[in-house]
Amino acid sequence: MNTTQSIQVDTVNAVVIEETNFKERSTFSDIIYSLRSNKGAVIGISFLLLLVIVALFAPLLSPYSPIAQFKDAILSPPAWQAKGSIHFLLGTDDIGRDILSRLIYGTRFSLLIGLGCVLLASITGTLLGLISGYAGKTTDYVLMRIIDIIMALPSLLLAMAIVAILGPGLVNAMIAIAIVQIPAFVRLTRASTMEEKNKEYVTASLLMGASWPRILFITILPNCLSPLIIQLTLGFSNALLDVAALGFLGLGAQPPTPEWGSMLSNALQFIQEAWWIVTFPGLVILLTVLALNLFGDGLRDALDPKIKK
Amino acid sequence: MLHNIIKRILYVIPIIFGITLLVFSLGHLLPGDPIQIMAGTHHLSKAQYAEVARNLHLDKPLWYQYFLYVKDLLHGNLGYSLVTHIPVTKEFFELFPATLELSLYALIFAIAVGLPAGIFAAIKRGKFSDYSVMTISLTGYSMPIFWWGLLLMLLFSITLGLTPVSGRIATSFWIDHTTGFALIDAFLSGDMQAVVSVLKHLILPTIALGTIPMAIIARMTRSSLLEVIQADYILVAKAKGLSYYRVVLVHALRNAWIPIITIIGLQVSSLFAGAVLTETIFSWPGIGKWIIHSVMRRDYPVIQGGILLIALNIILVNLFIDILYTIANPKLRK
Repeated sequence: MNTTQSIQVDTVNAVVIEETNFKERSTFSDIIYSLRSNKGAVIGISFLLLLVIVALFAPLLSPYSPIAQFKDAILSPPAWQAKGSIHFLLGTDDIGRDILSRLIYGTRFSLLIGLGCVLLASITGTLLGLISGYAGKTTDYVLMRIIDIIMALPSLLLAMAIVAILGPGLVNAMIAIAIVQIPAFVRLTRASTMEEKNKEYVTASLLMGASWPRILFITILPNCLSPLIIQLTLGFSNALLDVAALGFLGLGAQPPTPEWGSMLSNALQFIQEAWWIVTFPGLVILLTVLALNLFGDGLRDALDPKIKK
Repeated sequence: MLHNIIKRILYVIPIIFGITLLVFSLGHLLPGDPIQIMAGTHHLSKAQYAEVARNLHLDKPLWYQYFLYVKDLLHGNLGYSLVTHIPVTKEFFELFPATLELSLYALIFAIAVGLPAGIFAAIKRGKFSDYSVMTISLTGYSMPIFWWGLLLMLLFSITLGLTPVSGRIATSFWIDHTTGFALIDAFLSGDMQAVVSVLKHLILPTIALGTIPMAIIARMTRSSLLEVIQADYILVAKAKGLSYYRVVLVHALRNAWIPIITIIGLQVSSLFAGAVLTETIFSWPGIGKWIIHSVMRRDYPVIQGGILLIALNIILVNLFIDILYTIANPKLRK
C-alpha cells in the first residue's frame, strides 16, 4: 500500500516537474514574447520588413528606372540643397542616374544576395556539421582541418581569390561569400551534434532501428537549431557587408546593376564635388546591417536560456 | 604546459600543408592559360610554347608540380610577378611594413578605446551611459569600413582640410626607409615636421581600420566582465569593503581577461581583410592594395603568394597567442 502511494506521489511530482519544464522551455510564443519586449529587436525587424516591402514594390515606389540617365541633371545635389531639384530627392550620380531610384532597386539585390549567401552557406554547413559531428573519427578530423584552412584566411581575401577564379559578377560574389561563411555553420552544427548524439533520446531512436538520415535530420537537427538561427542573422549581415565590399572593389556587381556597394565603387573620384554619391548608399548599408544585428542580438537573448536567466 | 605548447605547434603543421595545397590548386583553377598570360600579346610557336611549358614544369604530373612548388617555397621562392617581373617575396616584404604599421596602430586604437569603453559600460550596466556606449559599439560593429573611410575623408580631409587624403607622408619630405615603419623612420630622421606629417597621414586610416575591432573588443569586454561580476568572490570582495572600482578593475578584470585576449587575437585576421579596403581608399602602399591590384590585373603568382604569406602570418600570430594563452591560463599550465 505504502509503495503504491509513494509511486502515486512520485508520478504526481513527475507530472508537476514536467509541467514546469514545459513552461520554462522556449516555445515559439516565448520567443515572440521575448523579442517583442526587446526594443532593439523590434526596431531591427521593423526596418527589415520595410526593406522587404521596398524590395517587393520597387517599381511602384521608385520615381525612375535605376539605369535611366538624365544628361541634363548630372551630379545634381539633393533636393534640399541650393542647386538641388525636387525631381531628384537624393540627387543624381556622375552619369545622371537618380540615386533614390538606384537605392530602392538596390534593396532587391542586397536582400536577395544576402539571403542567397546564408541559405547556401547554412544548408551546406549544417549538412557537413551534422556528418562531422555524428561520424567523428577520421571524417571529423579531415573535415575540421579543411574548415581550419578556410578559417586561416581572412574572409574577404578568400572571397576575392574565389572571385578571381570565377570572374567578377554578382552571382559569383554570392557563391564566394557563401563558401567563406560555411565554416561558421559547420562548427556550430558539429558542436551541437556532438553534444546531442550521446543523449538518451538519440540512443532510444537508434534502438528503435531508425536509419542514420532519420537520426541526423529528424532526431538530432531540431535540437541544434537555436545557434543556427542566430548565425543565420549574423551571416546575413556579414554577407551584406562582404558583397558590398566586393562591389566597392569592383569585383561584385558590375555596372549598371544598382547594388549598394558598387554604387560606392567610383565614389572616391567624386568625393570632393558630390558628397551625396558617397553618403547615401553607405548609410543604407549601415542601417540594414545595424537592423540585422539588432534583430540578431534580440534573437540570441530570446533563444539562449543562459542569457535569458 | 610544454606538452600543450608542442601539441599546438604540431596542430598547425597540417593546416600550413593544407594552405599550400589550396594556394597551389588556386594556380590551376584560375582561368586562362598561364603561358599565354605570360606571353601577353606575343605569339608563341608550338615549339616555343612547349619549351616554356618544360621550363616551368607545366608538362609534368600535378603531384610533381606540387612537390616542386613546396620545394621552391621552402627556399623562399614564390615566383615572379607577371606584371613587374619582380620576385613576389621581394614585393611582399617591401610592402608588408606599411600594412603591419597600419594594422598595429589600428589594433592599439581599438584596444585603447574599446577596452575602457567596455569596462565603463559594464560598470554602468543598465544605465543611460551603458546604452549609449553599446549603441555606438553596435553601430561601429555594423559599419561598412570602406564607407566609414570615405566619410572620415569627406569630413576631415575635404570639408575641414585637417588631414591629407592619401599616402604615408607628404611628398615634400624625404626620409630613409630604415625600418619600413614610416613613424619610426620619421623619428630617426630627426625632422619633427616629418613626424607630424606621418601622424596626420596615419590618423584616418587607423580609425577606419580600427573601428570594427574596437566595437568587438568593447562588446566582449562588457559581456565578459558582467559574467564575472556575478561570481561569489566578487561579492566577497565587495563585502570586505573594497571600493567598487577596485573590485571591478582588479578582481573582476583579472578573470575576465581570457575571452578578451582571445577576441583581440581574432582581430588579426579581420585587420588584414580590412587593410584591403582601407588601403584602397587611402592609397596606402601596403599589401592589401597590392593584392587587389593583382586580382584586377590577373597577376596570378602575386595572388597566390600574397594569400599564402598572409595566411602564414595569421596562423603564426594565432599560434603565438595560443601559446601566450597556455602560459597565462593556470588551468592549462599544469
